[in-house]
Amino acid sequence: MALRAEHEIYRRRFSRNVGVGVVLGAFVLLSFLLTVEKVTHGDPMHAIQGKGAVNPDGTPIVAQPLVKDSN
Amino acid sequence: MTDIRSSGEMAGHGIAEPGFSDFVQLLKPRVMSLVVFTALAGMIAAPVHLPPVAFFTAILFIALGAGASGALNMWWDADIDALMKRTARRPIPAGMIAPGEALGFGMALSVGSVIMLWLATNWVAAALLAFTIFFYVVVYSMGLKRLTPQNIVIGGAAGAFPPMVGWAAMTGSVSLEAFLMFALIFMWTPPHFWALALFMKEDYSNAGVPMLTVTHGRKSTRRHILVYTVLMVPVSLALAFTPVGGPVYLTAAVVMNAGFVWGAWRIVMRDEGMAEADRYKVEKKVFSFSLLYLFVLFGAILVEAGLHSFGYGAL
Repeated sequence: MALRAEHEIYRRRFSRNVGVGVVLGAFVLLSFLLTVEKVTHGDPMHAIQGKGAVNPDGTPIVAQPLVKDSN
Repeated sequence: MTDIRSSGEMAGHGIAEPGFSDFVQLLKPRVMSLVVFTALAGMIAAPVHLPPVAFFTAILFIALGAGASGALNMWWDADIDALMKRTARRPIPAGMIAPGEALGFGMALSVGSVIMLWLATNWVAAALLAFTIFFYVVVYSMGLKRLTPQNIVIGGAAGAFPPMVGWAAMTGSVSLEAFLMFALIFMWTPPHFWALALFMKEDYSNAGVPMLTVTHGRKSTRRHILVYTVLMVPVSLALAFTPVGGPVYLTAAVVMNAGFVWGAWRIVMRDEGMAEADRYKVEKKVFSFSLLYLFVLFGAILVEAGLHSFGYGAL
């Protein structure tokens, strides 16, 4: 009987730990998916994509290759 | 030597080891389901769309915000919950969760829900959710509930906000349609809870909560149910003539209002002797019908939203 009583405590603690783990994992996944969706759908990051980014004088920024072709 | 008792209670603490389900119970899952349903109606009826993950995040954190306010309400009301048969098995009075744990859980979830709703949608929806939590916990639970028999009337606003929050999450603003959905639940709450108070009569008086049944008597409560039900009718019908309404909603509203007013009329025509004789049969029926009423009307709003997307509906 005494052992069963101890098991009840550990079972509750285990269920809580598993529950918290699942909730945290789901939260991380949701945050990741939300970030991906925000970047690709609602809030396009023009500067990173090179679309619409301008210099302080208003002239458009044209993406340049980082490494020049040596040939 | 062990500090673990056979009942699962930790020696010297008086609080059992809470399981995950105890924290879920702290969120009032049944109330949450109503919040999800009405908020979903507000979101789907809105004339704009959100990307799917943002939509899901919004509805999830509106629900969790409502759950957080439920946890804070249970923390504050633990003393009177222990005195009422209906609430005595809640996690805090049952000794499963310590009051401090419930407070921390509720506060963390409140702040987290508001921030996540803000990040997923906009600040208007987040501010409305924050205000809803504040209104339910501070204005209703800490203020009105133990002070005035009008507790349910004014406090009902807290339960009426979810469709408005849902609408704001989609549109970034509040319009007439959102206000009318709010007003519908606001007017529905008093007759719904007063019908409950009529047949849970010992609970509120034992706990010293000044429900209308305790302060003004049961005859007056019966009259109040009829008056508030009649006042609710034009509010619910008005929604039919807004862009979220239409013939399906109008038909549902006419039928359900007729049923609710008929039930309220039957309640007012009865006295305590008649109610005691059939164990509050009519009062219990009206309480159940009031739940169906809200489900059908918000379900009709969802149907109208579906019809509108195919070019049908709207009066």
